[in-house]
Amino acid sequence: MEDNLKKTCLYGSHVALGAKMSPFAGFMMPIQYTSITDEHNAVRNKVGMFDVSHMGEIFVSGPDAEKFVNHIFTNEIRGFEPGKVLYGMMCHENGGVVDDLLVYREFEPDHFLLVVNAANIDKDYQWICSQTEGFDVKVVNESDSWGQIAVQGPDSERIVTEILSLGEAAALTFYTYQESSWKGARMILSRTGYTGEDGFEIYTTHEGICEIWDILLKASVVPCGLGCRDTLRFEAGLPLYGDELSDDITPIEAGLGMFCKLDKEFIGRDALAAQKAQGTSRKLVGLVIHDKAIPRATYPVETADGTQVGTVTTGYRSITLDKSICFAMVDSAHAALGTDLNVRIRKKVFPGTVIKKRFYQTNYKK
Amino acid sequence: MSTIIEGLKYSETHEWVKVEDSLAIIGVTDYAQKEMGDITYVDMPDVDDEVACEEEFGALESVKASSDLFCPVSGTVTERNDALEDAPEMVNQDPYGNWIIKVQMSDPSELDKLMDAAAYKDFIGE
Repeated sequence: MEDNLKKTCLYGSHVALGAKMSPFAGFMMPIQYTSITDEHNAVRNKVGMFDVSHMGEIFVSGPDAEKFVNHIFTNEIRGFEPGKVLYGMMCHENGGVVDDLLVYREFEPDHFLLVVNAANIDKDYQWICSQTEGFDVKVVNESDSWGQIAVQGPDSERIVTEILSLGEAAALTFYTYQESSWKGARMILSRTGYTGEDGFEIYTTHEGICEIWDILLKASVVPCGLGCRDTLRFEAGLPLYGDELSDDITPIEAGLGMFCKLDKEFIGRDALAAQKAQGTSRKLVGLVIHDKAIPRATYPVETADGTQVGTVTTGYRSITLDKSICFAMVDSAHAALGTDLNVRIRKKVFPGTVIKKRFYQTNYKK
Repeated sequence: MSTIIEGLKYSETHEWVKVEDSLAIIGVTDYAQKEMGDITYVDMPDVDDEVACEEEFGALESVKASSDLFCPVSGTVTERNDALEDAPEMVNQDPYGNWIIKVQMSDPSELDKLMDAAAYKDFIGE
């Protein structure tokens, strides 16, 4: 099985660092280097770096590029300036999510970069290409030629400007990017991330990414694995495709309606508009468990009389908050803030309460 | 390299047993705690609960995942290590010093199926 797994350009470095490696989204990826807790705390309190080279880069260009991207993307890209980055979804006609992604409007007119989940690269590329009829656009999947590092944490601006000498990074606000270069090759530097902290994502060639990684390692930036990437994004209330979003879950159900601009046309708009108007039968909620037991994905969520009304999608003993919390997809009748719900954890039932999904107050640079 | 203690019995699911007459003192091995990473919660049965050989009796939770604990012997729980409720990390720090439950065995012959230290060392292949 491992033979079929892809390796990022930093694979050798992960192994040399003694990382615990595991398959993720078709790649052999580092889960942790030392401990998930220590890596998580490094990002919350100082700075850490992630190999996110597995993420997909799909470029869309051509005279109809804006019209086309706006047609497949739930968020509104018209009037959105070059250098801006926007989060949103691509949806099926029925509103189920093909993928959640970032759209970068490039400085070159009619050029967009779509950054998609590693597990969905092939599916997304095929789906996007299948929607192009009638649009004068070119779609190119360059995922295999780009590497990516995320530098995340309150100290990341200092690291990127001083250690990597990318002074232009200081001028970036959250969800903007700049074109830059590394040893003559194109580099994309964006103030984005998936941790709830300030941070940057750096895209360039495999060679450039390996050089940058080594420079950051020498500067004692803590290498962080996918283990803490998940605990960090979860605390910040951010969904993970496959857990909180899927082909069968709509953005409205997942509480991501603010990223779906229903006053414009896009694939799935009518289904989402109907859900918004009529309400959905289920909703993603946050739950806090009043015990140290940990709710995990797939565990049943029940009312006091033992009726199952939902399922946990992600759960942890939150490292930052020291509470047992989870996301759960529950019947809408039981989704109001303050509702008491139980989670069945192995043989026992533990009481919990519906709370806001953003468990941790994020610290972005506005 | 994981620590293995002579004189204990070991299960294939990485629990250790220390036998004191008809009492089985049960914990998890150093190998198991290393595989789990930082342990954040220990789910234990209550005193007087019946436990059965090779059946789940609780779980260890790390940050990332939960891992079931399987009972190497059948019997009745006589004691549980309540100190682990507030300090589950003690299992990481000293897996052999921090037992999880004590079981009054109903069938001590079940111990014969367990491995000794040398066999367990081969089993984990270190």
